[in-house]
Amino acid sequence: MKILVCISHVPDTTAKINFKDNNTAFDTDGVSFVINPYDEFGLTKALFLKEKHGGTVTVCHVGPASAEPTIRKALAIGADDAIRVDAEPTDGFFVASQLAAIVKENQYDVVICGQESIDYNGGQVPGMLAALLDLPFVNACVGLEVEGTNATLEREIDGGKEKLTASLPLVLGGKKGLVEESDLRIPNMRGIMMARSKKLEVKPATDAAKHTAVAQFEKPQPKAPVKMIAADNVEELVNLLHTEAKVI
Amino acid sequence: MSVIIFAESTEGKFKKATFEACSYGAKIAAATGSEAHALVIGSAPADLSVLGKYGADKVHHASDAALDEFNGAAVASVLKAAMDAIGAKYVVISGSFNGKTVAPILSVKAGAALITNVNSLPASYGPLVVRRSAFSSKGLADYTTSADVAIISIIPNAIGVEEHNKAGEVATLDAAPAAKNTTVVSVDRVKGQIPLPEAELVVSAGRGMKAAENWTLIEKLADTLGAATACSKPVSDMHWRPHTEHVGQTGIAIRPNLYIAIGISGAIQHLAGVSNSKTIVVINSDAEAPFFKAADYGIVGDAFDVVPKLTAAIEAFKASN
Repeated sequence: MKILVCISHVPDTTAKINFKDNNTAFDTDGVSFVINPYDEFGLTKALFLKEKHGGTVTVCHVGPASAEPTIRKALAIGADDAIRVDAEPTDGFFVASQLAAIVKENQYDVVICGQESIDYNGGQVPGMLAALLDLPFVNACVGLEVEGTNATLEREIDGGKEKLTASLPLVLGGKKGLVEESDLRIPNMRGIMMARSKKLEVKPATDAAKHTAVAQFEKPQPKAPVKMIAADNVEELVNLLHTEAKVI
Repeated sequence: MSVIIFAESTEGKFKKATFEACSYGAKIAAATGSEAHALVIGSAPADLSVLGKYGADKVHHASDAALDEFNGAAVASVLKAAMDAIGAKYVVISGSFNGKTVAPILSVKAGAALITNVNSLPASYGPLVVRRSAFSSKGLADYTTSADVAIISIIPNAIGVEEHNKAGEVATLDAAPAAKNTTVVSVDRVKGQIPLPEAELVVSAGRGMKAAENWTLIEKLADTLGAATACSKPVSDMHWRPHTEHVGQTGIAIRPNLYIAIGISGAIQHLAGVSNSKTIVVINSDAEAPFFKAADYGIVGDAFDVVPKLTAAIEAFKASN
């Protein structure tokens, strides 16, 4: 089975978010980057599938060379090889078009993306990629098993889960549940050493439109200081929720 | 050129998120001098014209039985047919689970720009500029597009439902859907509950509750308030509560009017999913819990003492109002 895992290179969850150039660009100064958490669940699932069924796991990233440490980390966790499309990933359709070109060229059986990246939270690329390739798409995917050319999947729906089947190849937008947090693998020294010699192919971008652009960023307004209420005075909290916050 | 709204329903009822999407679409229609058309796809509530009350000038129903079961490609093909038939300039889709599946597919098939995670009305229409949440609620971004047609996917509860007085004239849309490429085997859903992303009041608890059986206290408070229940990641990881209740970065992002966090320390991953709540109440025995910094109201105290008292106080409040 040939599996492609699409990964984003995102600021660490604890990173302070600042903007620069008159609030037109994200300020990466002093920010440490990681594999997008949603993608890491997908990468681990891909490794499980490979261990069970055999095959290869390729990771693909659309972005500049500064993302290569993140790609190497995915290789150290266990991916076999990697592709980087050398382009700025500023628009969902543009990124999906790059990935579609890679999938068309290499014919993967399963394409795993995270349901969204934790930086721009667009949640666009997986579905767009499936649509560009006319492949089945399962979003908010929390379960995947493969038998031959058939897959059984689970996705989240309002207040529950739905179980569904689809034929390979397919694209999914995954999240925690594909594997559990405790299944995630931390690269060991051997993995890190091996990752250095694994193939990381750099490809030029293919022509594709960019439909959207950011005109301006802004930081959310800071919250007013918390009002503390004594534990033996919950009536005061109820009163404030009614008269001040007006939420009950 | 019109506004089309994807009008979702579950279990024979329109979702609150659908009313919100209609209200939003009606405002765009008013601002651009056009009409708001709601599109109901597959099995539908009996009264479609009710969407008029939330701003739909017309309600179209594509009732092909093949659409009763959700499939992203099939639903997107019908939305595309409606866009072609009606002449759409804007499409409004709620950021529900199904909406998030359909919107990107439709965007490709219709050659339309897609802006997701939107939390405000457009600031301008020529070109379109609309604000969305980014960086897991740590940033806001004004997005713009020069595309002819734009799909706007809105965050549930960010905009609010507004009542209008439109006709909601019902019409049939004949559209042959694209072939389904997934098959639903089974659905496991808690019936009759407000979906967490749409809930206005949420009571959430964490490891501070010490054991799964102690959730009776949380459920009692939630029932008294008419709130949905949620939990932190460790609680869902330990299977004290179902995964569908996990709010936070790798769970579900919500923005209710009131979020009561009990025994949750407020790790940044948790805050990423709840910090947009309009009012946050934190109850924690640890006065140093980081969540207090993100709260509007805080109580330092033992949940096993404070929660029953709060439940009683809300009962008394409800009885006297």
